[in-house]
Amino acid sequence: MYQAIVLLPLLGCLIAGLFGRFIGARNSEVITTALVFVSAALSWVAFFNVGYGGETTRVMLFTWFEVGTFKVDWALRIDTLTAVMLVVVNTVSALVHLYSIGYMADDPHRQRFFSYLSLFTFAMLALVTADNLVQMYFGWEGVGLASYLLIGFWYLKPSANAAAIKAFVVNRVGDFGFALGIFATYWMVGSIDFDTIFAQAPSLQGKVIPLGGTWFDALTLICLLLFMGAMGKSAQFLLHTWLPDAMEGPTPVSALIHAATMVTAGVFMVARLSPLFELAPTAQEVVILVGATTAFFAATVGLVQNDIKRVIAYSTCSQLGYMFVAMGVGAYSVGMFHLFTHAFFKALLFLGSGAVIIAMHHEQDIRKMGGLWKALPFTYAMMVIGTLALTGFPFTAGFYSKDAIVESAFASHAALSGYGFWMLVIAAALTSFYSWRLILLTFHGKPRFVAEGHGHAHGHDAHAHDTHAHDDHAHGNHGHHAITRLEDVHEAPKTMLLPLLVLAVGALGAGFAFKTAFVDAHGVGEFFRQSISLAKDGLLEEMHHLPPLVVFAPTIAMAAGFAVAVLFYIVSPHLPALFAQRLRPLYLFLLNKWYFDELYEVVFVNSAKRLGRLLWKQGDGAVIDGLGPDGVAARVMDTTNRVVRLQTGYLYHYAFAMLIGVAALVTWFMFAGGVR
Amino acid sequence: MSGWPILSVITFLPLVGALFIFALRGDDERTFSNARWVALWTTVVTFAISLILLVEFDPGSPEFQFVETRAWLGPNIQYRMGIDGIALPFVILTTFLMPICIIASWTSISQRVKEYLVAFLVLETLMIGTFCALDLVLFYVFFEGGLIPMFLIIGVWGGKRRIYAAFKFFLYTFLGAVLMLLAIMAMYWQAGTTDIRALQAYGFPPGMQTWLWLAFFASFAVKLPMWPVHTWLPDAHVEAPTAGSVVLAAILLKMGGYGFIRFSIPMFPDASEFFTPLVFTLSVIAIVYTSLVALVQEDMKKLIAYSSVAHMGFVTLGIFSATEQGMQGAVFQMVSHGLVSGALFLCVGVIYDRMHTRDIAAYGGLVNRMPLYAAAFMVFTLANVGLPGTSGFVGEFLTLVGAFRANTLVAFAAALGLILSACYALWLYRRVIFGVLDKPSLATIADLNGREVASLAPLIVLTILFGFWPMPVLDTSAAAVKGLVEGYLQALGATATLVAGF
Repeated sequence: MYQAIVLLPLLGCLIAGLFGRFIGARNSEVITTALVFVSAALSWVAFFNVGYGGETTRVMLFTWFEVGTFKVDWALRIDTLTAVMLVVVNTVSALVHLYSIGYMADDPHRQRFFSYLSLFTFAMLALVTADNLVQMYFGWEGVGLASYLLIGFWYLKPSANAAAIKAFVVNRVGDFGFALGIFATYWMVGSIDFDTIFAQAPSLQGKVIPLGGTWFDALTLICLLLFMGAMGKSAQFLLHTWLPDAMEGPTPVSALIHAATMVTAGVFMVARLSPLFELAPTAQEVVILVGATTAFFAATVGLVQNDIKRVIAYSTCSQLGYMFVAMGVGAYSVGMFHLFTHAFFKALLFLGSGAVIIAMHHEQDIRKMGGLWKALPFTYAMMVIGTLALTGFPFTAGFYSKDAIVESAFASHAALSGYGFWMLVIAAALTSFYSWRLILLTFHGKPRFVAEGHGHAHGHDAHAHDTHAHDDHAHGNHGHHAITRLEDVHEAPKTMLLPLLVLAVGALGAGFAFKTAFVDAHGVGEFFRQSISLAKDGLLEEMHHLPPLVVFAPTIAMAAGFAVAVLFYIVSPHLPALFAQRLRPLYLFLLNKWYFDELYEVVFVNSAKRLGRLLWKQGDGAVIDGLGPDGVAARVMDTTNRVVRLQTGYLYHYAFAMLIGVAALVTWFMFAGGVR
Repeated sequence: MSGWPILSVITFLPLVGALFIFALRGDDERTFSNARWVALWTTVVTFAISLILLVEFDPGSPEFQFVETRAWLGPNIQYRMGIDGIALPFVILTTFLMPICIIASWTSISQRVKEYLVAFLVLETLMIGTFCALDLVLFYVFFEGGLIPMFLIIGVWGGKRRIYAAFKFFLYTFLGAVLMLLAIMAMYWQAGTTDIRALQAYGFPPGMQTWLWLAFFASFAVKLPMWPVHTWLPDAHVEAPTAGSVVLAAILLKMGGYGFIRFSIPMFPDASEFFTPLVFTLSVIAIVYTSLVALVQEDMKKLIAYSSVAHMGFVTLGIFSATEQGMQGAVFQMVSHGLVSGALFLCVGVIYDRMHTRDIAAYGGLVNRMPLYAAAFMVFTLANVGLPGTSGFVGEFLTLVGAFRANTLVAFAAALGLILSACYALWLYRRVIFGVLDKPSLATIADLNGREVASLAPLIVLTILFGFWPMPVLDTSAAAVKGLVEGYLQALGATATLVAGF
C-alpha cells in the first residue's frame, strides 16, 4: 500500500508527460487526478493505521548507491510523522488536481501542467517518506525542480522565467547547507540512515568538527547546516525572497506548492531530525530567532501589498515562522499541528483567491476589486472561513494550533523564548489586519473596477510586472478585457468550488478534531510515539498552567487587528492613504519588502556577473593567455614567420613534429632497451 | 578467460575500418555515404564487442584482467594490455559514444569526409588504447598520439579561428607531453621496467617522487584541464566541429583524471600526499572561478566548456581526497560528465547546424517550435546542475563526501559550485529555450529529426538510469578503487593518523 501511495503520482506524471500528446488533455487530467485521489484515500487509511493503530514500518525498495560504508537505500519510512505529511500532501494535491481541471481549462498545455503537478506530488512524497538524509535530499531537490517547472509554466512571461530561476537558485543556497550537513553527519556517525543517526546522536555530544583552522561543536554545526536547507525550502528570513516571486506560477501551484506542502518541508525536516536538534540547544535558539523574525518581518510586508496572491504569500512566509518557533522551543508536535491546519486554510485561501482571479479575468490587484461578495457569495464565504482560521478565530483550526505555538513559546525555557513570544503576538495582530484588509478590499465597499471612462485596467505603476501576459492563452474565451461591470463577475465552475468546500471543512474542524493528538501531552505521546522527540521538561504540560493574559494574547491581538482593519477600510477609508503619506519612508520600506531584492541584486547578482567578467577578460584573457600561449605564440611567430611561410599550412607542420617526437621516443627506448 | 586478445581487437578494429575508408576511391556523394556507413558499422561492432568485456569482467577482483603480453621493444618494454574496474567504464564510454559521434557528423561534415572519418577512427583506437595500456611507453604513445587526430579535427574541420585554437591546444598539451616523457625516461632508468603493474609496486624514493609527480601532473593537469592551464579548452571547443567537441569533452578530458588515478596516486603516494593541498586549491579555484566565468559567457559552447572545467574540479577533488567515496565519485563523475557534456555539445550542434551561430543572444523561445529539443536539453541541463535522479548528482555528491573528509573548508568552498552551476545552466536554458520566439531568423526552425533523436535518446536514457541506479558503474570500479585507496594509505603508513585526524 505504501509503495502505491508514493508511486501512483509518479505513474500519473509519466503517463501525462510521455503519452499526453497521444491520449489528449482530458484523459491526462482524469488519469493524473484519479491516481492522486487513490493515493490520497490510501494516505488517510495509513494515517489512522499508523497514528491511532500504532503501526510503524519500513518498506525497503532497493539500494540507490553504495560506496564503502556510504550506503543509500530507497526505503519508505512509515511512522506517524510521515503519515501526517502523507495526508496533508495527498489531500491538498488531489483537491488541487481537481481544481486545476477548471482553472486551467483553456490552457493549451494541460498535459504538461498535470504531469508537473503529479511529479511534484511524487517528489514531495519521496521527501516525507525518506528513510535517510540522501533520499530526503532527493525529494528535496525534486520538489525544487517541480517548483521551478511550475513557476515557469507560462514560459512566455519573462517574469515567470526569472521567478523560476530565482526559486531554484535560492533553494540551492539552502541546499548547499543541507548537503554539507549530510557530509558532516556521515563522517561523524558513519551512516546517513535516520535510525543509526538517532541512535548515535547522544554520543556526538562534545565532539567537534574542524573547519578552517578552528573547531566547531559537531551537533551544532550539523544542525545549523541542515537548518540552512530548511530555511531555503521554507522561505525563512534572508532566504525568503523567492517565495513572493513564485506567485508568477498558476494559482493552483501556489496553493499546493507554495502554501500547503513544499514550503513546509523545512518544518518537517526539523521535526524529523528532532532527536538531533534536541541535543543542540544553540541551534535551537537559532531556529527560534529565524522563525520569530520571519513571522514578524513577513507580516509587516504583508500589510501593504496590493497583489492578492502576494499578500497570501507573505502570510505563508509568516506562518512558517510560527512553525519554526515551535520547533525551536522543542514543541515539535505543536509545530506539526500548525503545519497540518495551515495546509487546509492556506490552500483554501489560495484556491479562493484563484476563483476571484478567474472571475476578475486575471486581475490580481485588490485595489481594483471591491464589492465582490454579491457576485461571488460562495467564494466570499469560503475566503472568510479561511481568514477566520488563519487569524485564529476561536474554535477554527488556526485557533488551536496557532495559540498552542504562542503558548509553547512563552512556556519554553529557551533564552529567546521571550523574543519569540512577543514577535508572534505582534505578528498575530498584523496577520489579522492584513487578512481582513484583503477580505474587505476584495469583497466589500464599492466595486472599484466599474468603468468610469477608461476601458483598460492594466498597467499600473508600482507593480508593472504584475500585469499578466498569460491572459493571451489563459481564458481566451472570455476575451482579454478587464471586467468593468459587477454583473459580469461570475462564480467559478463546480470543479473549482468543490475543493474549496472540502478545504473549508478542514479549516474549521481540523483543529478541534486533532488537538488531542497534537497538543495534549498524553495524546501526543500515544499518537507520535517515537517518530519525533517528545517535548522536553513537560513543556506541553506547562502550557496548561500559563497566566490567562498569555493564553488570550493571540485572540486579543486578532481582535485588535480586525478592529483596525474595519476602521481603515470600512469606517474611514481615507485613513490608509493618510498613513501612507505621513509615514511615507516606512510605507515605502514595507512596500518594497525591506529592499531585500534590491540589496541581493547589488550584492550577489551584479557582483557575481562583474567578477565573472573580470576573471574571464582579465584572469583568463590578459594574465593566463597573455603570459602563456599567446605570449609564447607571439615569440614563436616572430622568429619563425619567415620559415613557416614556405609551408602550405601550419597544421601538418605541427602534426609532423608530433610524429617525429613519438618516433624519437620509440627509437630512444629501443636503443636504451638494447643496451641494458 | 577466452583465448583471443579481446582488448587488442577492440583497440585496433577502428583502425581496420579506417584502412577500409582510406581505400575507398572517389570524391562524390556516394563514396562519402559509403565511408559513413563503414565508419558507423565499425564503431557499432567495436561497441558490441566491448560489451563482451562487461559480461566477462569479474568486478569482484581488483586485479587487471584480459591481460595480453607480447614482445615489442626489447626485453623490458613490452606490449602489455589489460583493464581493471577503473579502466573498463572508460573503454565502454568510448566505444559507446563513437557511433553517436559518427551519427552526429552525418550531414554536418561535407568537406573531406573520408579524411574526417579516418581521423575519428584513428582517434578511437588511440583513446581505447590509452585506457587499456599496461605499459608506460605504450600508454604514452596512445595518450600523446591522440593529440594528432584531435589537432587535425579542430584544425581542418573547425570554425573560423581554428588555427589559433589548434595551436593553443597543441602548445599546452605538447608541453605536458615533453615533461611526462622525461619522467618516463627517469622511471625507466630507476626501475628498469615500464610495466605499469611493476611500477605501481616499485616504490620510488620520496625525493624522486616529487619530480616525477610534477612532470606527470603537468601533462594530466593540462588534459583534464585544471585551472590555470584550462584556457585552451574553451577555444578548442568553440572551434571544433560538434563531434570533435563531444569526444574532447567526453573522453579526452577523462584521460587526465584517469592518469591521476592510474599513475600519480599509486606510483607516487608520498608526493601525492605532499601535493594534495595544491590540488585542492587548484580544484576549488577551478570550481568557483570557472563557474563565475561560465555565468557571463555569450557563446553556448564556451559556457559549456567552462562548466566542464568546473566539473573536472570535482574529479580532482575526489581523487586526491584519498577516500573510497571520493575516488569512486571521481570515476562516476567522469563517466557521467562524459555522457552529459557530450550530450550538451550535441544539443548545441543541433541548433548550430540550423542557424550557424553559437551566440546565446541569437536564440530565444525555441520551446515554441522545438518542444522535443527543449525537453532533451532540459534533461541534460538538470544533469549538469547535478539534480538528484540524474547521473550528474551521484558523482558530484560522492566527491564532495570524500572532500569533506579530507578537508572541510575545501568541501565548503567546492559546494559553492552547487549554487553556481544552477545559475549558469538555468540561465543559459532560459535565454535559449524560454520566452517568446520573436527573432525572424528562428521563425522556421525545425524540431529534432530522426537522426538527432537517435543520437540523443540513448544519452537521455543513461543519464536518468544512472541517476536512479548508478550501481552498475559503481560496482564495476568498487574493488579496484578499494584496492587503490588501501594501497595508497598503506604506502603512506598513515592509515591510523588519517582516521584519527577527523
